[in-house]
Amino acid sequence: MAYIELPEGLPGIRGPMAFRPETAQPLNDLAEALLRGENSLTRGERELIATYISNLNDCFFCQNAHGGLAQHYLACDMKFIDGVKENFQLADIPEKIKALLSIAGSVQKSGKEVTEEQVSHARSLGATDREIHDTVLIAASFCMFNRYVDGLGTSAPLDREFYIKRAPQRAEEGYAGYDPYQ
Amino acid sequence: MAHIPAEEGVPGIRSLVMFRPETGGPLYTLAQVLLRGPSPIPEEERELIAAYVSSLNNCTFCCMSHAAASRELYGEKREIVDCVLYEFGQAELSNKLKALLLIAAKVAESGRSVLPEHIENARMRGATDMEIHDTVLIAAAFCMYNRYVDGLDSFTPTDPEDYEEMGVRLAANGYVPPQNSNS
Repeated sequence: MAYIELPEGLPGIRGPMAFRPETAQPLNDLAEALLRGENSLTRGERELIATYISNLNDCFFCQNAHGGLAQHYLACDMKFIDGVKENFQLADIPEKIKALLSIAGSVQKSGKEVTEEQVSHARSLGATDREIHDTVLIAASFCMFNRYVDGLGTSAPLDREFYIKRAPQRAEEGYAGYDPYQ
Repeated sequence: MAHIPAEEGVPGIRSLVMFRPETGGPLYTLAQVLLRGPSPIPEEERELIAAYVSSLNNCTFCCMSHAAASRELYGEKREIVDCVLYEFGQAELSNKLKALLLIAAKVAESGRSVLPEHIENARMRGATDMEIHDTVLIAAAFCMYNRYVDGLDSFTPTDPEDYEEMGVRLAANGYVPPQNSNS
C-alpha cells in the first residue's frame, strides 16, 4: 500500500505518474532526453548507470526496471548486470564506462564528492565533456526518481522476470509518450 | 572552474543548461510545474522546501537562490525563511508545514527513510495526498538539482546581493530556461 491513494495496480513510478500527470510529463521528457536521445554513450551504457545508482539507493523497482532495459540493450543477462552492481571494476565493460560509473557513484553520495581526479581520469580514457555531463545528470536524476518511488511507499513486483519480460516493449515505446496505465 | 566548459560567469544550473539545452528544457519545465504550477502548497512554502533540502545537501547555489525566491514570495513574513534554515523549530510555521518539512528531510536522506509515521503525522495536521506528493517530489527533485549543480562544480556566486536579484527574478518570472549565451 502506497502512502497516498494512487490508481490501483500500477507498480513503482507508474502510480505517482498517473496520480500527477502535470509533473509526469517533464519527468518523462527528461528520461527520454537523457536515456534515449542522440548520444555517444549507448542506450545500454546509460541504462547501466541508471541501474547502478538505483542499486546504491536500494530502490528495487528502478534497479530492476532499468536493469531489465540494460540487459536488453546490452544483450546480456541479469547475472551480468548484478555483477556490475556488485563490483563494476571486475566486470567486462570498457574502462571508460568504469571511470564514468565511479563518477556516478560519487554523485550518489553528494555532488561535492566528485573530484577533479575522477573527471581527468575519465577524460584520459576518452570520455568527452558531454559524456561526463550526462553521467552526472543521469546519476543525479536517479537520486530523484529513486526517492520519488520509495518516498511515496509504492509497491513493485518482486519477481525479477516481470521486468525482463517487459523490457523489449519498454525499449520500443521509450519514455516520451509514456502511458502509466500500459 | 567547472568540470566541463560551461559559460564563464554564468552561475549554477543556468550555465549547465546552456551547455546542454536538450536536458535543460525538461529540467526547467519540471521546476516551473513543481514550484509555480497549480498546487495546494503556496509558492513561498514550495520554495522553502526547495531551499531547506538544498541546505541539507550543502548546495550553496540552490539553497541561496531558492531561499531568496521564498523570501520575496513571503513578503513581510520573509524572516520565516532564515528561521527554518538556521534554527529549525523556532519559526512560526503551521504544524502542517513543519510535518511536510520533516518528510522532505527524510526524502533527502533516502526515499526509504520516509516511514508511515511521518506520513500519518502530516495527515493528522491536515496534509492532503496532493500536498504529500508534491512535498516528496520537490524534495526528490532537489536531491537531483543539488547533485547536478555541485557534481559538475558549476560557478557559485558568493555575494549575497547576487542571490537577492535572482530571488526577485524567480519570484516574478518563474523558471525560464536561458535561450542563448546573452540571457
